[in-house]
Parts: sequence; structure tokens; C-alpha cells
Amino acid sequence: MKLKIIIIFFLLQLNTINAKVLVADPNIIFKNLRCLICQGQSVADSNSEFAQTLKLVVKDKIREGKSEKEIYEFLIDKYGEWIVYKPPFNKVNSLLWILPYFALLIGGLIIMALVKKRSNR
Amino acid sequence: MKKKIIKSIILLTISFILGIFFIGLNKSSTYNTKDLIGSKISKIQLIQLSENKIITEKELKNNDFTLINFWASWCGPCRDEHPYLLKLSNETKLKLLGVNFKDNKKNAKQFLDNLGNPYDYITTDNSGKQSINFGVYGIPESILIDKDLIIIKKIIGPINKKDFESIKKTIE
Repeated sequence: MKLKIIIIFFLLQLNTINAKVLVADPNIIFKNLRCLICQGQSVADSNSEFAQTLKLVVKDKIREGKSEKEIYEFLIDKYGEWIVYKPPFNKVNSLLWILPYFALLIGGLIIMALVKKRSNR
Repeated sequence: MKKKIIKSIILLTISFILGIFFIGLNKSSTYNTKDLIGSKISKIQLIQLSENKIITEKELKNNDFTLINFWASWCGPCRDEHPYLLKLSNETKLKLLGVNFKDNKKNAKQFLDNLGNPYDYITTDNSGKQSINFGVYGIPESILIDKDLIIIKKIIGPINKKDFESIKKTIE
């Protein structure tokens, strides 16, 4: 009996954990959306008509069960990539994504070479 | 030799950074919808202003061209573009779909009574949510689509003489 209760409790716990992961957080989405009619403001920070409407649409999409990724895809389809602050990886912006890692690698190699040079001395 | 290599690497890095700045600062930071031309409009569900009938893509597929115009009685620039919309309503190949945006029904009807009604269909978007489905972010805004619901033109702001002529040329 005890074991059954523990198993049921464990399954219920799992369910709530999964639910938390699956439901998109509207505030995170608002922060990653650009207010197209404001100067350097996200939808989360703006009180413009456009931002208010966009917030309603995002909340509707979450209620429909759409994931964060699906909501971004929908809005990119309507407004282009400019609407999101964190653009998805593609051919055009690949350099932007790769360059920092490349710079880090080069920096690491330079430091390694310097350290090696010093230890040889 | 080593010094020369280091010098050229530094020079290359500086010119790369300057190049990025030059391109970045010359690029317009305002939103541009030109990338959306060629994309397809889907999931249209607009409620007519006077009746409770719903306009869907099915109705628009019967037209050669449809100009979807977002307007409101409280919008000043909408009055400026109205004469051009009236002229466009005479075009046989073009149907005009007006989307009354966040407006009062009575005021909207009065606006059309006073200035004339250019629209073949008048629908309403009280919450503004439908406008997001069309990629609209302010009014007036107009979208010219063909019978396959592909966006041919997107006009942000009031339609002017140049836009009017361009629409006429496109549908001919």
C-alpha cells in the first residue's frame, strides 16, 4: 500500500515537473521580442499599442499550447527576424555566432604560445 | 619577418572592425517589411463590420488581386489616403478589404458615410490581434495580395500618389 502511494506521488511529481517545462513563460518571450515602433525597447518594456497587442497574441498562443520556439517562428513568419532579439542561426548571421568562439580559440592559442615561450626561457 | 606578420594581423583586425562599424552605422535600423514580399498570408478569419459573416482566404482566392487596408476613424493619415482608395475601388481586377482597427463601430460607419465607402468587404479587428496575423504594426497599412494570397506589395503609412500608381501598374 505504502509503495503504491509512493509510486502515485512520484508520478504526480513527474507530471508537475513536465508541465513546468512544457508551458512557455510569457515574460521570457516578451523580453526577447523587439517593439518595432519603439526606440531600443523590448515588448516587455513597452506600453505601446503594438506591444500590448503582441502580448495578448503571445498569451493566446501559450493558451493554445504553442511552445516558445513555435511562437518565435510564427512572429518571424509575420514580421521577419528583426522581431526577435536573439535571431536563429542561419547562413546570413553565421559569422556573428561563430566569430566569438573563433576569437576565444585564437586568444587561447596565443596565451598557450606565450606560456610555452616563457617556460622555455 | 615575425614583426611583419604581427603588424599585418593588427592592421587586418583594425580594418575589419572599422569595416563592420562602417557597414553597421550606414545600415538603417528602422523596421523594413520588404523581406515579407513573396510570403503567403494564411489563417484569415475576419468578422464583417455589419453582419456576423466571417471572411476567410476562400473569399479572397476568388479575386485576381486584393488590397487589404487597415484603417480607423480616429486615424488622421487614413483620411489622406481615402481618395486614393476610392479611385482604386473602380479597378475591376482589384477588390478592397478594409480592416477597421480598434475602432468604434458607429464612428467607423460615420467615417465611411462622410468620405465614401471604397471597400468590397469591411471587417473589424477590435482587439488588434488579427493585425498581428498580417504583420501589421501600425495604421494605416495596406497589403496587396494576389489570388494565391502571396504578398506583392506592403505599404506602411498612407497610400500616396506614387503608391497608387504603383498598385495600378501591378494589377494591370
